[in-house]
Amino acid sequence: MTSLEKHKYDVVVIGAGGAGLRAAVEARAAGLRVAIVCKSLFGKAHTVMAEGGAAASMGNVNEKDNWQVHFRDTMRGGKFLNHYRMAELHAKESPDRIWELEVWGALFDRTKEGKISQRNFGGHEYPRLAHVGDRTGLELIRTMQQRIVALQQQDAKESGNAESHIKVFAELTITEILKENGKIAGAYGYWRENGNEVLFEAPTVIIATGGVGKTFKITSNSWEGTGDGHALALKAGANLVDMEFLQFHPTGMVWPPSVRGILVTESVRGEGGILTNSLGERFMFKYIPEVFKDKYADNEAEADRWYLDQDNNRRPPELLPRDEVSRAINTEVKAGRGTEHGGVYLDVSKRIPADVIKKRLPSMWHQFYELAGVDITKEAMEVGPTCHYVMGGVEVEPDTAAAVGVPGLFAAGEVAGGMHGSNRLGGNSLSDLLVFGRRAGMGAVEYAKKNPTATVSEKAIADAAARIEAPFSRAGGENSYSLHAELQEVTHNLVGIIRTGKEVEEAIEKIAAIRARSANVAVAGTRQFNPGFHLAFDLDNMLLVAESTAKSALLREESRGGHTRDDFPGMSSKWRQVNHISSFDGKVVTVKAQPLPSIPKELFDLFDIHELEKYMTPEEIAKGGSN
Amino acid sequence: MARKLKLRIWRGDATDGGLKNVEVEANDGEVVLDLIHRVQATQMGDLAVRWNCKAGKCGSCSMEINGKPRLACMTQVSSFPEGEEITVTPLRAFPVIKDLVTDVSFNYRKAMEIPSYEHPKNLAPGEARMEQIDVERSQEFRKCIECFLCQDVCHVVRDHEENKKSFAGPRFFIRIAELDMHPLDMLKNRKQKAQEEHGLGMCNITKCCTEVCPEHIRITDNAIIPMKERVVDVKYDPVRWLGSKIRKREGIV
Repeated sequence: MTSLEKHKYDVVVIGAGGAGLRAAVEARAAGLRVAIVCKSLFGKAHTVMAEGGAAASMGNVNEKDNWQVHFRDTMRGGKFLNHYRMAELHAKESPDRIWELEVWGALFDRTKEGKISQRNFGGHEYPRLAHVGDRTGLELIRTMQQRIVALQQQDAKESGNAESHIKVFAELTITEILKENGKIAGAYGYWRENGNEVLFEAPTVIIATGGVGKTFKITSNSWEGTGDGHALALKAGANLVDMEFLQFHPTGMVWPPSVRGILVTESVRGEGGILTNSLGERFMFKYIPEVFKDKYADNEAEADRWYLDQDNNRRPPELLPRDEVSRAINTEVKAGRGTEHGGVYLDVSKRIPADVIKKRLPSMWHQFYELAGVDITKEAMEVGPTCHYVMGGVEVEPDTAAAVGVPGLFAAGEVAGGMHGSNRLGGNSLSDLLVFGRRAGMGAVEYAKKNPTATVSEKAIADAAARIEAPFSRAGGENSYSLHAELQEVTHNLVGIIRTGKEVEEAIEKIAAIRARSANVAVAGTRQFNPGFHLAFDLDNMLLVAESTAKSALLREESRGGHTRDDFPGMSSKWRQVNHISSFDGKVVTVKAQPLPSIPKELFDLFDIHELEKYMTPEEIAKGGSN
Repeated sequence: MARKLKLRIWRGDATDGGLKNVEVEANDGEVVLDLIHRVQATQMGDLAVRWNCKAGKCGSCSMEINGKPRLACMTQVSSFPEGEEITVTPLRAFPVIKDLVTDVSFNYRKAMEIPSYEHPKNLAPGEARMEQIDVERSQEFRKCIECFLCQDVCHVVRDHEENKKSFAGPRFFIRIAELDMHPLDMLKNRKQKAQEEHGLGMCNITKCCTEVCPEHIRITDNAIIPMKERVVDVKYDPVRWLGSKIRKREGIV
């Protein structure tokens, strides 16, 4: 065997999306040496898919906006299950994170005064999303990527070596996070190009791997969304919080089948798009939940007026938080009022002139024209829910993004849990990954300074290497592609957008059975760029994530945000006090309830008491927040 | 409706390879990437292909389809006449790693050679004011998804490995143009550098890059030609040339 490729760094960042890159920039700023490891080419991360914008209360379009309003919207959107401290930090810091992008060369769309323009989005009280047409994620990832390059150019000037402080290891899969004496010691993985193994020794690891969408059949996520970070964290002894909460984005493409699930940005509704069923009814008026009645228009005339006068009218119900809109579409289709291909209509053509549509929603126009043969300036789109985002994730300390229970481990972005509660507002993801990417970088810096060295034992290396070789040494057996397809059927049918206890129990059994069979996955061919081999590891991660989701979903006997139980349709203030914590003992995932941190008085007081009464128990209200 | 389709896929690595014939089912509305995935799942588990978003947004699944550089996720199967064979091969301008996957590191090296954005020193975060009309010129180029199809098709490097050293390629000409037209960028002489250090002069405006761009960026008309024209203006206009020397600034506004 050839000698093992070994690297020593201060920080290993797994994932090169917005959160990972922002973390790397922060750690490098403190003089640390950072390895950025990603499964794809540099600049292809899923962040690129974000369309609508990044939420930050800059108040450029409506000066009444401020962090308190943003905080309230975020908590409402998450049905008050959010970790209050994360929502607070996020609301306070996101404007600075957006402005900072501008210093690094980002070019957002502008207001008349030349400031960064902000658009309306579901659940946000004021126009709040900084955007670039409908390709904001691309702007963000490119700005971060170019910032990394700029820092490397600086390093080249100073030390003669562009990679002296930041090196990108692209197309490298991490299979294991390594610990010694209970603390992080590094990570192990292999180059996708040739299968050669790589050891990173580092006292800190930042997980920024994004989501889990590929666990589901219909998803807006790319192949990378296989829950790697969630699974790596679990295996390293960290916890996942609230994995039952998955966001089904209300508007994914439904036709043709090959594009099913691809995202149709919420900006279409933000710009005035309306939802109708096959009878031509604008059905969302029927689905305004009690808790939102004072904020959303219950008739078309008022909803239409809102686009012109937002101070004196309530918002159109198309702009309710995503969970509400998804459930409504699901109900319409189930009741037989769906379109030919099982969706509903989303129409922007009757409200906005063709040239404005092409200017404000260029990617959407392009996507529908090229993939579905639909001209959205003339016809309606057919849309339906698609698995988009996981609210659950690694349990972290809000201020440092440190993973609870594993010294040296950090997590930021979609892979971290808590920030969004039971449902994320559109636009809060791009700002989340900047705010907490930076904080994870800071957290790692602080930790690495106290724990500067890390050494991985020979035994740990040998064990990690053996696990990578395993799929090649198995004779015959299972095919990772078909097991993946089976898993997707199970999650889609039994732990999908609407759940029942009985179905979830069935899912848990079926997932366990697939997991047992996955131990027999054999891979044909060599280690050289072999997708079957790659999928074997992704599959393992997805199975752990699915188990955690199903077990959390079974416990939560209520419906809230991205978790809907047909057998427990109501939202209960008792359940609001509970987080579900998943842990892994090497064999099975165990989920237990843990009290939600209670909101301090100064944040409690930001809300109208009557609103809080809809979510909290009388005892909590009487207490008035913790001190 | 499903139909059987003949697909020829280049399989091999840096040392050797050739086209392999496969038959695969195609359904209505499918794109070439769907076919490749089906082949992968049912017939060739180790067939190497890059892809990510499958929505034309990330620029990963670049390959040559019937000889034309394209994104496999945006190429409709129905765009080929019934009975026509579809041939998929790796990008020709870059070294093959395996099957449809090529080594595109050339592009990342070139990215490193382009001087980065320089923000005005005294302009604090949040203070920037720019007109929409002024940011739009650069925004067109920032639509680039780095699929590198323009780099692949450009005949300056497509069959001329020797030119790669001194030629950044269309993707990086629009990067330079983007920074050059950025309302706030402080670095001067970007156009001259494009000409002198990044090989802008080697481009002879055949517009192949513009033709293959999946984002429909007008690479030649809006980036390359304007830069070439202004470089020529300064270089051959003695008054402006002198002005640029005396005032120590670029003679172009």
